[in-house]
Amino acid sequence: MGENLLEMNDVNKSFGDVAAVHNINFRVGRNEIVGLLGDNGAGKSTLIKLITGYHQPDTGEIFFDDQRIDHLTVAQARALGIETVYQERALAEQQPLWRNIFMGRELTNRYGLMDVKRMKQETDRLMLESMGFTSTAVTADSVIKTFSGGEKQGVAITRALHFKAELIILDEPTMGLSLSETRKLMDFVADIKRQGKSCIFIDHNIFHVYSVADRVVVLDRGTVSGEFYTKDITLDQLMEKMYRVAETGSLD
Amino acid sequence: MTTSTETQATNQVPPGRPQPTRSRLGRFIRSHPFQIGILAVAAFIWILFFIGSPQTFSAFPIYQSFMSTTPFFAVMALPLTLVIIAKEIDLSFPSVMSFGMLAFSLTLTATGNVAFAFIALLAAGVLAGLINGLLVVRIGIPALVATIGTSFFWRGVVLVVTGGRGSSLVPTTQTFLHPLLVGRLFGKIPMQFVWTLVIAGALWVLLNRTRRGAAVYLVGDNEDSARLMGINVGRTKIMVFVLMGLAAAFAGMLVSLELLYYWPTLGEGYLLTALSSVFLGGTSVFGGTGTIFGTLVASFIIGAINAGIVAAGMAGFWTQLIYGLIIVGSVSIQVILRKRLS
Ligand SMILES: Nc1ncnc2c1ncn2[C@@H]1O[C@H](COP(=O)(O)OP(=O)(O)OP(=O)(O)O)[C@@H](O)[C@H]1O
Ligand SMILES: [Mg+2]
Repeated sequence: MGENLLEMNDVNKSFGDVAAVHNINFRVGRNEIVGLLGDNGAGKSTLIKLITGYHQPDTGEIFFDDQRIDHLTVAQARALGIETVYQERALAEQQPLWRNIFMGRELTNRYGLMDVKRMKQETDRLMLESMGFTSTAVTADSVIKTFSGGEKQGVAITRALHFKAELIILDEPTMGLSLSETRKLMDFVADIKRQGKSCIFIDHNIFHVYSVADRVVVLDRGTVSGEFYTKDITLDQLMEKMYRVAETGSLD
Repeated sequence: MTTSTETQATNQVPPGRPQPTRSRLGRFIRSHPFQIGILAVAAFIWILFFIGSPQTFSAFPIYQSFMSTTPFFAVMALPLTLVIIAKEIDLSFPSVMSFGMLAFSLTLTATGNVAFAFIALLAAGVLAGLINGLLVVRIGIPALVATIGTSFFWRGVVLVVTGGRGSSLVPTTQTFLHPLLVGRLFGKIPMQFVWTLVIAGALWVLLNRTRRGAAVYLVGDNEDSARLMGINVGRTKIMVFVLMGLAAAFAGMLVSLELLYYWPTLGEGYLLTALSSVFLGGTSVFGGTGTIFGTLVASFIIGAINAGIVAAGMAGFWTQLIYGLIIVGSVSIQVILRKRLS
């Protein structure tokens, strides 16, 4: 068993003329929390969508669990144990809560038919245990269009954490969360670490990233401009470097 | 549902715990507003008709007549519901009805075997649906344009091959096909009605109890989200177009067998009835929501209105006007209700 859960070598992805991801080498260790920092448009979301199989790399190779994976699809990535909270949340707003939780991963019985009852029960349980919905007006059948922004984000997060994933990817998960909800999320990320799983954590808030990550990778205009172990660097030093990247495009 | 909701209920309201039956009924009503609405509309129309002519509506023949003619468009309105839930549209099905029958009559002439001919009909329907699906998914043509195009194309194929001449289907009465598809069960119930219920049941299971059916709702609701969560969007859309083509060919068979004649113009007039059944049944024009039950009930309402127009002595000229009103009216009500609810 290699030391890396995920390894990307010389990966490129362009959209027309825009090299969103350029010659990137990126890895996630087993039981490691990797923080991904970078300006708007730096290529963070594109990088993670290559890992989740949503985009195909133009060139380069990706290894997951020491297996080379080519032509990965989202369904395959999820089957491998990669769950994601996307920046755009990826919810279906006119659908009830239970359909959102089990979207693309519906539970079936032994005849291959969907087990709607079990999915609703699971949703009810998750609502109480993880989402912390206190309002009794919300049920597994509630259409999520009417939820608040933070509640919707809670649904996306619960969905990613529910399926026992090996690698959990969180792309700006604190967006729209209140202070107490953000705190709860940070506890969840710490839990991921405790349970021996791995995580990629993207956030514009450097405090959040620094406090949970084992290692921080800084992206700038599609390339990796540096990486640090949080144990080797203070928060002040990290912030100093981030300012320098923003101004000069170089860390030193 | 039992354990968690009950603990929740006990936590929230310890003393006067709500009756489980009552809350379950309340939950059912709240989660099925459109289904209950459409049933109310159906009941209202039935009462109107009953008051209008009690003799007619207290005897069986009128219902037999509904059961005989409504299926011709109901079996298409049902899969059309899936197409529209998936946020697509198909306007080619009237032509596909006729194209399927062309395949049937050519194969029958060539082989003399109705079973082969029936298989050819279904294959033609699948082919037409597949082509629609591929045009939309692989080439990326908007469904509205793609299916108007294929509509003209298949109608053209039919007219070129037949030269506009129809053919008699009287010989099929001697085969298993005629009694199986349009015979009378127990000498009373038209078989096409039975098939409509079978198709409705099968599509209900597909839509509500299979992962592919769940994908239809998700794709129609938000295609990007569906893709991000690993749903095969293209395959889902192709599936609904293929089902639509298959059903259209089957409907063409039902109509032709009932008339015992294949007219190359077969299908004209079914576009409006099928579309208005879907929209009256509460399926959203914006995609993402809709039910098989709503469409099934709405089909019979449309069928009843159809009969009502005739019974009232109004000329067929009125039908288009009335269906136009139903489509615009039901969609407007939907849109207004949706705005209110959100
Ligand atoms: N599907 C797409 N088609 C075309 N260009 C895209 C697409 N997705 C991303 N891009 C471009 O790629 C670049 C990187 O975008 P990306 O979303 O990965 O940035 P990001 O680091 O996640 O930014 P943010 O912090 O704003 O979320 C941007 O210039 C963006 O415009
Ligand atoms: Mg992003």
